[in-house]
Amino acid sequence: MFVLVFLVVPTLTVVLGAFQDEDGALTLGNLDALTGDAAVSALKGSLILSASTAVIGAVLGALLAYLIVSMPAHSLPRRATLAVSGVLAQFGGVVLAFAWIATIGPVGVVTNAVMELTGVDLYGSGWLFGLPGLVVVYSYFQIPLMVIVFAPAFEGLRPQWREAAVNLGASTWAYWRHVAIPLLTPAFLGALLLLFANAFAAYATAAVLVSQGQPIVPLLIRQAITSEVLLGQANVGYALALEMIVVVTMVMVAYNLLLRRTSRWMR
Amino acid sequence: MNTRKMLVSLTATATLMSVAACAAPEEENDTTTESGVDAAAATSAEDFGGMDELVRAAQDEGELNVIALPPDWANYGEVISTFEEKYDIEVNSAQPDAASQDEINAANELAGTDRAPDVFDLGQSVALANTDMFAPYQVETWDDIPDEFKDADGAWVNDYGGYMSIGYDSAVVPEVTSLSDLLGPEFEGKVALNGDPTQAGAAFSGVMMAAIANGGSADDIAPGVDFFTELKEAGNFLTVDPDSTTIEQGTTPVVIDWDYLGAAAAANVDTWRTVVPEEAVVAGYYFQAINADAPNPAAARLWQEFLYSDEGQNLWLEGGARPVRGDAMAEAGTIDAELWGALPEVSGDPVVPTDEQTVTAGEYLAANWSKAIR
Repeated sequence: MFVLVFLVVPTLTVVLGAFQDEDGALTLGNLDALTGDAAVSALKGSLILSASTAVIGAVLGALLAYLIVSMPAHSLPRRATLAVSGVLAQFGGVVLAFAWIATIGPVGVVTNAVMELTGVDLYGSGWLFGLPGLVVVYSYFQIPLMVIVFAPAFEGLRPQWREAAVNLGASTWAYWRHVAIPLLTPAFLGALLLLFANAFAAYATAAVLVSQGQPIVPLLIRQAITSEVLLGQANVGYALALEMIVVVTMVMVAYNLLLRRTSRWMR
Repeated sequence: MNTRKMLVSLTATATLMSVAACAAPEEENDTTTESGVDAAAATSAEDFGGMDELVRAAQDEGELNVIALPPDWANYGEVISTFEEKYDIEVNSAQPDAASQDEINAANELAGTDRAPDVFDLGQSVALANTDMFAPYQVETWDDIPDEFKDADGAWVNDYGGYMSIGYDSAVVPEVTSLSDLLGPEFEGKVALNGDPTQAGAAFSGVMMAAIANGGSADDIAPGVDFFTELKEAGNFLTVDPDSTTIEQGTTPVVIDWDYLGAAAAANVDTWRTVVPEEAVVAGYYFQAINADAPNPAAARLWQEFLYSDEGQNLWLEGGARPVRGDAMAEAGTIDAELWGALPEVSGDPVVPTDEQTVTAGEYLAANWSKAIR
């Protein structure tokens, strides 16, 4: 029942809407609109944003996860980092956007401090309110999310394996090269995909930060629904949503394949 | 297999049901007043038997739903509170920051409920695309309103207008007299446009102003887009949506917007100046209409009477907007002369894009705007 109400019906509504015009007649015109310049560049923006923050988040998050996992299980820094990550991974939306504006916005605390101390203008010509700004702000929740999902993979590396490798004469590098990294790769790639999907679907943070040009798909959908200049675009919004569903489905299928592989390794 | 079949049929049923739920209910509200007048069909105060009867009918309803009226926009905050006090009617103001299209969406979604908006305040293209949703009504001051500012039957009436302007904080940036000033290095990361022009009417007019300043016309908005491309390349264009808060914070020291919104900003920032560039005067009026499905039809009509009364018009003027009856009131001496004289000086013929020009320009913007300011 839950699946029906919260997944199947909305998905069907989107799919049906994508193939209808304003009067409810069937049409392919909405999908046509997806090949327009604005839609293509928004999709490109979304992919760049999701991919870059997924890579940044995955690499930095994996390093952080490694550091805390190598600490004793009950040490304070380890527990604190995990707890903070749990909070920050969910710290998105309007609050996050305002936090950044207050910090490095045009009259932000850090901007003003750096300006006074060094004369460097951090804010420049407003990069925070465009795609580069989104990359920085999204990384803020991507890195902690990576810590949470990737730390268990490190914990799954049994010390016995390392001991076995050392007994067989392996150096630390050889152990990582031939045992640990191959074991961790599927989990890492899986987490990378999860991060990608997470950034791809995020909306509220971007909605507050960026109001011009709609550089990513969720913002273009907002325009299709609320524009008072271009009327009758609601069904184009459905088509854009369908496009997002297709991308996320591909990511999730890849994620599931990887997960299957990981579980085989970890059995 | 059976579970799957069941799921499919369940899905189908649910979809059908949700479609059915979207259709407007057939049942009509009972809108007849105690004195036997059908308020929803009344086209003037006369139909109620005079203003007093209209007031009584509206007070029986006791409530008025308005939507998308920001308190700092054309003095709406005071307009609403004055109306509430004067007639003892509660005004429910929903989503003050919503856009015109949101008003129509809300009216469709809430149709038949008592939360549906009673009246609309719309941008031109949205208003003209939805005239079948409006109830015709002629206010008592109808004859004062110039013909080009009203629908012959009273389905819609222009309410207030203004000129596209450049507002700036004179404590932060040098004096601005024309659009080309904004390309200078002193304006790095400082110039904001009120909204995305593919989305908001005010921003659309801002690009139109830039077009006219740079050799374009109401038929050719391309030079306006080129101007903003240049502004972006100079590093001056700020992609923040400005409002009175960002102006007070200092996030948006230069704002391209309607002159009456500049007036609202000036209320809190002493150094705020508003200038209508001489070379590009673009005017725009908003549209006022009554929802044909208004849950409070009498209150909706009283609201119109109030807005177009001398009192209502002067309240808009206080917000820096040009009320549509302004000229007639100036002649009759009922206008607040001091405020009327204090409106920004405007020279030259103002350009008011027609609906057709707006559609054409909108299509150009849809295809080119996101490229321009990337």
